[in-house]
Amino acid sequence: MNITKKDVEHIALLSRLKLTEEEKETFVKQLSGILTHVEKLNEVNTNGIEPTSHVIKMQNVMRGDAVTGSLPVEKVLANAPDRTEEFFRVPKIIE
Amino acid sequence: MELYKLTIHELHEKIKNKEITAKDIASDVFKRIDSVENKVKAYLSVARDEALKQAEDADKEIKAGKVNPLTGIPIAIKDNICIDGVKTTCASKILENFIPPYDASVITKLKASGYILTGKTNMDEFAMGSSTENSAFGATRNPYDLERVPGGSSGGSAAAVSADECIAALGSDTGGSIRQPAALCGVVGMKPTYGRVSRYGLVAFASSLDQIGPITKDVTDCAIMMNAISGYDKCDSTSADVALPDFTKSLIKDVKGLKIGIPDEYFIEGIDPEIEKSVLDAVKLLEGLGAKSERIKLPHTGYAIATYYILATSEASSNLARYDGVKYGFRAKGKDLIDMYMETRAKGFGSEVKRRIMLGTYALSAGYYEAFYKKGQQVRTLIKRDFDEAFKKVDVIITPTSPTPAFKIGEKTADPLQMYLSDIFTISVNLAGVPAASIPSGFTKGNLPIGLQIIAKPFDEETIIRAAYTFEQSTEMHKKRPAI
Repeated sequence: MNITKKDVEHIALLSRLKLTEEEKETFVKQLSGILTHVEKLNEVNTNGIEPTSHVIKMQNVMRGDAVTGSLPVEKVLANAPDRTEEFFRVPKIIE
Repeated sequence: MELYKLTIHELHEKIKNKEITAKDIASDVFKRIDSVENKVKAYLSVARDEALKQAEDADKEIKAGKVNPLTGIPIAIKDNICIDGVKTTCASKILENFIPPYDASVITKLKASGYILTGKTNMDEFAMGSSTENSAFGATRNPYDLERVPGGSSGGSAAAVSADECIAALGSDTGGSIRQPAALCGVVGMKPTYGRVSRYGLVAFASSLDQIGPITKDVTDCAIMMNAISGYDKCDSTSADVALPDFTKSLIKDVKGLKIGIPDEYFIEGIDPEIEKSVLDAVKLLEGLGAKSERIKLPHTGYAIATYYILATSEASSNLARYDGVKYGFRAKGKDLIDMYMETRAKGFGSEVKRRIMLGTYALSAGYYEAFYKKGQQVRTLIKRDFDEAFKKVDVIITPTSPTPAFKIGEKTADPLQMYLSDIFTISVNLAGVPAASIPSGFTKGNLPIGLQIIAKPFDEETIIRAAYTFEQSTEMHKKRPAI
């Protein structure tokens, strides 16, 4: 399977990754190689086979609607790259 | 004293008999770290002062008669497991300064059992890799040959145990990341059944595959660690609410009547002949002790790598979307918000992480979801069914853990697919969710460790421990240490 440079640029935007020209060239080659290997899966007949997303039987796991403890605000915000008072600060979004 | 050479159970006996204190053990382990860490580079951070303080506290407990199996035992923790107030980087620049505000559930349990934290161990960035070369902070070396990799992604934990820089360690295993480095470093590593150990506080890579497990010097220590970390946790919605055995009760030297399956698909061209011989000799040894073996088929084995690299990367691309430079971690400057995201992630992630985010995003993107992600999930069902069928006939499956012994640093970094193939024997186990352990089965002529993988059905770690213990107690392999 061949991935083009345009494909790589599109996926990079979806992934929110800024790539250098060199990285784009490398990914064109490497992703094409890996996806060619992955195409092996087309040999397998999967008609009517249920997909597995998790190996253990899972239902929605609910907890009671009760107030419980939460992490201290100061401790959590201590990791923020930028903050104001009790808020995370981000670059301006609306002009 | 050279207490760092001992196992958990040996040290526990000495503590109980008041021959040594927790402080003696901690001092010895840090002396060992001082003398070999500059060669091995197993740790990203070492908690010496805190550890000596913890050891004093442990000694008070011991004096008061409160001695748990892990009281005063120095343990290393992989750097993707959160510890309150201790830097947790995932070996990534993007989390270089991240200090978790809470403990992972396994850490809560270890703290309650009186363990001593030695430090946080090196790994492939976000646990993505098979050699620990993908760490943003430099590669770890194999204690048996410093020119070779320790395996990965829990390479720091495996190397630290092997080089006696801790008594035991925790790792995490998404596609072989506990078992493959354990094999390459000549130690014991177990990936428990999916859901057996809480993932709360383990930094997510591929949530349907990730599992925390122990890396230890012998099988007895593996059972002790499994007792300490297993069990249902309401903080992890995929944690299994099942009966919890005492794993040390399975430390029985007896395999009479044990049915061993040898899958044809794991003895293929390309496998190192010394490894094949070592593993088949181990099976013979167990047969001599009363086990029976038969050839079995796991027909979809050849599709495991392709399935894994679709499903694991898809989950990773979603899980790693959280690193956006807003709530925690590294932030780069950008013209506007989206530019800030893109610069942050470009500068914060290493190349393997970027590659997997790209691959996963592609597999989940419009027009490709059915062809890749759904197809992968369907093949995963077939791989799981292979194991279900096999375990109708046999109690355990025995295979090599890795197709080759430790490879040279730099040998596989240029070709990602070649690196992915080092997980060829471990990946199916994660896709099927079954438990498996790697134990030392021998050494190559070049004195590199060989690992043997024992796989059992879901929630039957006990049978793995019994088979592993029987083999270990019949050989001298687990007593060997690298000359470093």
